[in-house]
Amino acid sequence: MSGDAKARIAARAALELRPGEVVNLGIGIPNLIPGYLGADANVVLHTENGLLGVGPRPDPDELDPDLIDAAKQPITALPGAAYFDSASSFAMIRGGHVDVAVLGALEVSGEGDIANWAVPGRDVLGVGGAMDLVVGARRVIVTMTARTSRGEPKVVAHCSYPLTAAAAADIVVTELSVFRRVDGRLHLTELLEGATLEEVGAVTTAPFVVALEESHVR
Amino acid sequence: MTATTTTAEEAIGAIRTGDTVMVGGFGLVGAPLTLIDALVEHSDATELTIVSNNIGEPGRGLGKLLRQGRIRRGISSYFTSNPEAVAAVNAGEIEATLVPQGTFAEAIRAAGAGIGGFFTPVGAGTLLADGKEERVIEGVRHVLEEPIRADVALVYAARADTLGNLWYRRTARNFNPLMATAATVTIAEAGEIVAAGELEAESVVTPHLYVDRLVAGA
Repeated sequence: MSGDAKARIAARAALELRPGEVVNLGIGIPNLIPGYLGADANVVLHTENGLLGVGPRPDPDELDPDLIDAAKQPITALPGAAYFDSASSFAMIRGGHVDVAVLGALEVSGEGDIANWAVPGRDVLGVGGAMDLVVGARRVIVTMTARTSRGEPKVVAHCSYPLTAAAAADIVVTELSVFRRVDGRLHLTELLEGATLEEVGAVTTAPFVVALEESHVR
Repeated sequence: MTATTTTAEEAIGAIRTGDTVMVGGFGLVGAPLTLIDALVEHSDATELTIVSNNIGEPGRGLGKLLRQGRIRRGISSYFTSNPEAVAAVNAGEIEATLVPQGTFAEAIRAAGAGIGGFFTPVGAGTLLADGKEERVIEGVRHVLEEPIRADVALVYAARADTLGNLWYRRTARNFNPLMATAATVTIAEAGEIVAAGELEAESVVTPHLYVDRLVAGA
């Protein structure tokens, strides 16, 4: 996957976040989103290992070994941040107090099923907080490329990998388009700049409703 | 009860062959590394069940115990951070129980709070809920999760007082306060031990009645 595609996805997903929202960002493309949030974005970042109010990455001389995000990377805490234990953190998530979860996925189905934690036969033996986040967050945004590195579609009729949760994706952002789940079915609501309907159709095996809206890109 | 201050070597004498041992930390952050090293160097206990979010990293933290072949089973949300643990599972050398991170935290909290389990929507309809009792609550499919308890818990706190009251620093809190409540014997490693009365009472996260043994650590 090219860095350009990832950047494009992160930039578009950033536009889905509204001021004041509490947002949990997963590993990978979601972690690029802070770079695309304007100074007035006013989004509050939550990390499930126990911090509300995640700040920017630290300078090398500011590194604190007790301060990491869920990807185990160093972070800072903003003024007004709060720390809590893991049970409280997931109570916030399951209890619907986290507005948005943005996460990567291996596959999303036409009904919004998400598969993002296991590839049979591969050395992956971790689920982390993914299942809790997709079930608990009020809005779930999946950020992923439209195809795998081998060119296979990722927006599919039915997930072939083990599910993280059924009917959980509210919005899917790829480098080509934006899908929204409406009445249990994926709707194509936006083509990203330069992408065509034919191009999206060619890399999407899930059925979808074409419901193009005015572009969100400012 | 108040905690007894002792050495790491003496404290880990509480761990017997076949025991279930909880170990705090998110990765190595907030992990009781002095106690783990004592378990590695000064204990013959084997056939252990380890309850920890991760099984350390290769050759670090619990990764040392894994290399000694003393872990029979791991209960974790994310084995992937130690590829040697994943390899040991795939080779049939250790048994793995993978639990969504929020369920993992809540099941430990439940054990410490005398709760006989809880229904959660997380994992319903996925491989991780196979065989679990289900109930539809408020129209949503839930699965029954049972408490997770241990014979011994090893936790890390930045600061303790001589009674065993604990204060945690930043994201090094994570699972530590939960695990401190959920074991028959709780051993706390503290970065600093101060006189009783020197921790602000309102800042105590783990009250001393949960802590049995206190060890000066890193």
